[in-house]
Amino acid sequence: MTDTVNAPAESGEPAQPGEDTTPPDPNAVNVTINGVAHVARKGQLIIEAAADAGQYVPRFCYHKRMTPVGKCRMCLVEADSGRGPAVTVSCMVTVAPDMKIATDSPTAKRMQEGMLELFLANHPLDCPVCDKGGECPLQDQAFSHGPGESRYVEEKRHFEKPIPISELVFLDRERCILCDLCTRFADEVAGDPLISFTFRGNTTQVNTFPDEPFASYFSGNTVQICPVGALTAKPYRFKARPWDLEQAESTCTTCAVGCRTVVQSSRDELLRYQGVDNDAVNRGWLCDKGRFGFEAVNSAARLQAPAVRTSDGFASTGWNAALDAAAALIKGAVTSHGAASVGIIGGARGTNEDAYAWARLAHDVIGTPHVYAQQLDSLRSEVLDLPRATIDEAANAATIVLMAPDLKEELPVLYLRLRDAVAKRRSRILEFTPRSTGLTKAAWRSIAYRPGQQGDAVTTALADPDVAAQLAAGAVVVVAGKPNLAEAGSFQTDALLTLLEAVPHAKVLPAFRRGNVVGALQLGMVPGEGGNFAAGILADAANGVLQCLVLVGADPLADFPDSDLARRALSTVPVVIAVDTFLTPSAQHAHVVLAAAAGGEKSGTVTNLEGRVQTVTKKVTVTGTSRPDWMIATELASRLGHDLGFTSVEDVTEAIAANVPAYAGITSAALKAAKDGLLAVPERRRSLARVGLVAPMSTGYDYRLVVGRELYDNGVNTRMSPSLAGLARGMRVLVHPLDLERIGVPSGGQVRVSSPKASMDLTVVADAGITRWTAWMPFNQPGGCAADFLDATAAVTDVRIEAL
Amino acid sequence: MDRFLATGGYEGLKVALAKAPSAVHDDVRGATVLGRGGAGFPAGVKWGLMPAGKFPRYLVVNGDESEPGTYKDRLLMERDPHQLIEGCLIACYAAGLSQCFLYIRGEMALAHERVGEALNDAYAAGYVGKNIQGTNFSVDIVLHWGAGAYVVGEETALIESLEGKRGEPRLKPPFFPAAIGLYGQPTVVNNVETLSNLPWLLTNGIEAYTAIGTATSPGTRMVAVSGHVQRPGVYEIINGTTTFRDLLYGQEFCQGIRHGNELKAFVPGGGSAPWFTPEQLDLPFEGKLVGAAGSMLGSGAVMVMDSTTDIPAAALSLTRFYAHESCGQCTPCREGGTWLERILARICDGHGTSSDLDLLIEVGTSICPGDFPHAASSSLELEAVPFPYKMTTICFVGPSAYAPIHSAVTLFREEFEAKLVKRTSIPVTAAPVMAVHA
Repeated sequence: MTDTVNAPAESGEPAQPGEDTTPPDPNAVNVTINGVAHVARKGQLIIEAAADAGQYVPRFCYHKRMTPVGKCRMCLVEADSGRGPAVTVSCMVTVAPDMKIATDSPTAKRMQEGMLELFLANHPLDCPVCDKGGECPLQDQAFSHGPGESRYVEEKRHFEKPIPISELVFLDRERCILCDLCTRFADEVAGDPLISFTFRGNTTQVNTFPDEPFASYFSGNTVQICPVGALTAKPYRFKARPWDLEQAESTCTTCAVGCRTVVQSSRDELLRYQGVDNDAVNRGWLCDKGRFGFEAVNSAARLQAPAVRTSDGFASTGWNAALDAAAALIKGAVTSHGAASVGIIGGARGTNEDAYAWARLAHDVIGTPHVYAQQLDSLRSEVLDLPRATIDEAANAATIVLMAPDLKEELPVLYLRLRDAVAKRRSRILEFTPRSTGLTKAAWRSIAYRPGQQGDAVTTALADPDVAAQLAAGAVVVVAGKPNLAEAGSFQTDALLTLLEAVPHAKVLPAFRRGNVVGALQLGMVPGEGGNFAAGILADAANGVLQCLVLVGADPLADFPDSDLARRALSTVPVVIAVDTFLTPSAQHAHVVLAAAAGGEKSGTVTNLEGRVQTVTKKVTVTGTSRPDWMIATELASRLGHDLGFTSVEDVTEAIAANVPAYAGITSAALKAAKDGLLAVPERRRSLARVGLVAPMSTGYDYRLVVGRELYDNGVNTRMSPSLAGLARGMRVLVHPLDLERIGVPSGGQVRVSSPKASMDLTVVADAGITRWTAWMPFNQPGGCAADFLDATAAVTDVRIEAL
Repeated sequence: MDRFLATGGYEGLKVALAKAPSAVHDDVRGATVLGRGGAGFPAGVKWGLMPAGKFPRYLVVNGDESEPGTYKDRLLMERDPHQLIEGCLIACYAAGLSQCFLYIRGEMALAHERVGEALNDAYAAGYVGKNIQGTNFSVDIVLHWGAGAYVVGEETALIESLEGKRGEPRLKPPFFPAAIGLYGQPTVVNNVETLSNLPWLLTNGIEAYTAIGTATSPGTRMVAVSGHVQRPGVYEIINGTTTFRDLLYGQEFCQGIRHGNELKAFVPGGGSAPWFTPEQLDLPFEGKLVGAAGSMLGSGAVMVMDSTTDIPAAALSLTRFYAHESCGQCTPCREGGTWLERILARICDGHGTSSDLDLLIEVGTSICPGDFPHAASSSLELEAVPFPYKMTTICFVGPSAYAPIHSAVTLFREEFEAKLVKRTSIPVTAAPVMAVHA
């Protein structure tokens, strides 16, 4: 290519041989790049057009998911639009017809070498001890485009290093090249503008504001995109050198968004998760819980082997003994009280294969109808049969209707995508919520309601001509989930039905939260004919009807929004079998505990909330002798006299593709060929029935309770990740400032909160985002469990708040 | 106020208000009122760049005069604030601008005070505010006091600062704030002196205005002279006609170099302009001619250096200013400016080596690739390299740090060489051995 440098190209020469039959592409722009004709797209940046033509232009501040700022000046090229070659910022300027672009002319090369020398002038060059060394864009581009030597002999800039800017992220300002990637990400993508440039000129530096740490749920992304080692994350600091890392692409199962990740390990230990840029789901971003939650996989508290309860507590056993014991207990219950005396809760934390094998075991082998993957924490599985939207459809819809929990807390990367849709002015958000959420500020209309009255709120809103006009103008996607654990889910589904009747063209994106809950529900972890959901199963267990309760990665004592019922169920049911990665509070009630493999330790597929099937990959050897859930189900089935026919995870994947209509054709081979996974959305249309529950008028308890989840809670995987464990904000109660005045306690003071079920002394905090006459509490936080107040059968929950 | 009115104050505004706005705009365009801030862009053309039909649009007055050696706007604001206010009103009327923001440099306390007083008087007299002079033309003028940063004199940085953000130049494109300016609205940014030209132009008409100076550079302009002349100060010269020799040696102007010394060099257009030597004295104040000769008229500031001047020290003084005033957002200016300053300081301190002079030019080339403008020199057998230069930076601060160095090293290399360390190689000092503790 070098011999064509600066060769004057014939102006107006067509880039491709003209064919009379094809009409000219209106989006084609003919340019010349380094003397070679190239057809670029209209509006394309020079830096991207050059990349398409195989000419890499070095860059630091450019990121394809963010607004270009042209600050680092690394990507300067020469572009000639007819007035002679001009110094051009290739990440800011778009291609123009007949533009002649030179990325390797003497001037362009001189600029690139000069710029790299300037970048390195004050850079500490501590590459041997820098975590980024080996995967560092500054290092790589200094090698590929730099001058090769430095003439800078002056004293370099000095700053205190490193400084923690949050609980998770450290900043080394000496290494920083001020590219504006992290600051732009925080402001533009995450909406948490907590880091910014301070000082000016040669002493410009990135920093936080005084006493305000970079406490963003997305802070880990800044570490990933930092082009030098200036930002490092606590869990990975000094853990490995990049060339010692092995990696495999996988899918995050922390929540149901299904972000694509790269799982990296060294010496058979998980060390780092990085986001993978795919168009369909996460666009390269991850939340910090998904990024750092792998620490729980490495936890020393993991179950190493199956265990059987003896008179002296749990005794570790081999798998044969444990599986024999479990199978005997199940068989005993079936023989004595019938198949329906066995109940199974869980399956949402594993893979599709795990869920399918367990569903087969439950329905075909044991024959019980009492199977469910959720624990009242989201809407009923029939919501999955409504016309389903993809995340892309939601992020491109004219109207996004939010009837969901706070997405920033529960499905963080979906929050990023929808926030982006509003920021880019593609979409308007119409929100129905019992309290303000992370997206309230971005919403076109945010309509607050008291729990149980969302149906009225929707009806009222639909009567508003502005809302009706907005809903009629283009695509509508309803993000539907359960924003309040302290109310019956039917309020939300009834309101959803009201909306869907008025807006028949609307599609639904289910805001279900557990990692593979959609996969589990679609693959059969749902009640059979006459079967119970989780609340019914636990109620049967509590009143002695159920003989055997199997918990597949489920911990009702921590997660079920009625602690009293969960406690009674687990202490009454004669037999509990738990399949889990940790000895959770519920597993401690078990007679047999089967040690399960965790994420990163097993392969398979998962289904995200859109129905997108993507692969997860085994990167490290399992902890102890733990096994994947599908294998446990298969072994149990064989001991119960049925051969499910699975000898490898691929067998299960192929069986799903062959037997479950929605997954038809989704084989391992098809997934390998697919770029962004494959969609599995059921064809069948179970109807979602209107329940017609009416919220009771106020009782003697004057505050109606709203219970929601926060990203960092007391869940076992957060608790067992050392970097995340301290981030939970703890139990407290939030009320509107005017209500707090009425209670007569200052914000931060102590109050007694009581309901018919429980009474607790809590810190009260004033928050103007709380609806008047409601009280908000986080679910499953250290320092108190909101589930103590809840009753799984109640329509709504009211509490009394008194000054102490 | 009274004295201003007694000497024909606000007459230009009355003339303007009697005409249609477009007619006033045509007058300004026809008279080719060149911008007096530094770039010399015609004001009438600048106003016409605003997209039609997009309102509100704003006038921002650039009173952040901070180019080294320049103090002519300060004089206009301190001594004739009403003329500036009148100019603002005429501009707003002609270009359909609904609000005016007068940005005065942080260090200019007296100017701020006097413009403020004048504004109050003008409001009281009905020249500013609602329904000016009984017409349906209304404009508010907001006085804003800057926080003191050189780079805010750059029009987009000034807009950022006015919006309450860090004073950093905006990225180009868009190249002009006319399309997207203050608060995202079409905005005209004009220099104090440019606007101060308008009252006289309106009162006396196009013919009288263009009769002064030359066709391409009509009118007069204010030039601040500093340095080694007998009588430094701000002088009003005639565009295109007055030469630098007239200005420096003329009896009505500076009356020659101090103590009868020889002139060594002078900066013709503010600290960021390449230097001239006595060879260029006969050039007139005409942008194109000065540009062809290798420098620029810039902000209307001439700095004079006589034969006693230590040229490297003078260059260091200017470079240090620009390095310090870099906003820090783009790499070449942030890193390169300070590096240049340090190399130069090393040379001035007597620690420079023979390679340092080439290094200065090399670092400068990283900021400004290609040939950098400089004046011709018959003694050095140098041809002039004309304006403009190429630059890798976002704004002109980075190249400004290099400009004095380039001129000084090109035209006065022997003065630098005289300061270099006289040795062929740098002795290598043994690195301290670190103690190893058990």
